[in-house]
Amino acid sequence: MNGQWYDAEAGPLVRPYAMTGGRTRPGPHGVRFDLIALVAVDPEGGADEAAESLLGPEHRALLGLCRSETQSVAELAADADLPVGVVRVLLGDLLEGGHVKVSRPVPPAQLPDERILREVIEGLRAL
Amino acid sequence: MGHHDNRPSGASGPAGAAPDPDLDLDVDLDPELGSDADPGTVEEDGELAALALKILVAGGFGVGKTTLVGAVSEIRPLRTEEQLSEAGELVDDTGGVDQKTTTTVAMDFGRITIRSGLSLYLFGTPGQDRFWFLWDELSQGALGAVVLADTRRLEDCFPAVDYFEHRRIPFVVAVNCFTEARRYGAHDVSRALDLEQGTPVVLCDARDKDSGKEVLIRLVEYAGRVHTARLLDSVGPQAGSV
Repeated sequence: MNGQWYDAEAGPLVRPYAMTGGRTRPGPHGVRFDLIALVAVDPEGGADEAAESLLGPEHRALLGLCRSETQSVAELAADADLPVGVVRVLLGDLLEGGHVKVSRPVPPAQLPDERILREVIEGLRAL
Repeated sequence: MGHHDNRPSGASGPAGAAPDPDLDLDVDLDPELGSDADPGTVEEDGELAALALKILVAGGFGVGKTTLVGAVSEIRPLRTEEQLSEAGELVDDTGGVDQKTTTTVAMDFGRITIRSGLSLYLFGTPGQDRFWFLWDELSQGALGAVVLADTRRLEDCFPAVDYFEHRRIPFVVAVNCFTEARRYGAHDVSRALDLEQGTPVVLCDARDKDSGKEVLIRLVEYAGRVHTARLLDSVGPQAGSV
């Protein structure tokens, strides 16, 4: 569309948190979604198609991205082109609805064992 | 540069005494925990036993953070909306109106897939001081950090060095060797930055993939050594090496 009267510099036409109904934090569980927390579709979460049909377009977009591949919160935000804060709220809804499951964030100050670090180093060398 | 492999061979510590670093990684949860489990836990089925590691790339404005992230991985822009008031900035009293003063911060991140189920995520930290508060979230659970330095304006990386030293996050200083810059040795840079002993300094070309890989390898090696030393320290004062 060339005739657009606005461009990216005008900022989003819909304020980001309009998609979350004004919420800036994920729901009652108070889950903290780390940027690299991995999100996958939860086949046993109890959400069926009927539940899915009630979701908004942004929720469905995120679900679609998770369906194609297990993704980190950061990747979901980049691919959905939404701010991370918004994605966190939306993911909170999806988690509560049993649509997705989320990996435990890496505990602070806890590093993976040497075996994994070695694997990382070898993987980097092979790049 | 074959780095010496000077990890103590008894890295796992005395049997039974050392905290098991593996504890949360080998996920062996009862499948029955299912959806009733605390949300946010790993379930043992599917790829969610996957592990993601986080590395930060910090340094002054224009020092080559984006270039480095781009050289070693697929790069993507990441947007995050933050309340500026959290940065300690004065916000007009909005008189109870729930009006958030937010700003959009853009940063880069990239992914390196080591194998299925093991990925490395790189985050370029936002350069401006007013976005410091974002670093706290980024550094949570980070494996370590790369502080990129330019010898023509070394002072630009002081804040990053301070930040990671204070939080005991393992980091390496990577000197991005801009062609027009005078070359300094790693030792000179280490002295000029007054680095803690042992903090590696690597000369690199942020545009070059192999060079970037080498920086990351040095960081992961160093992070492993730091972690091992801490484990030994926590076991007993005598057990820790130098």
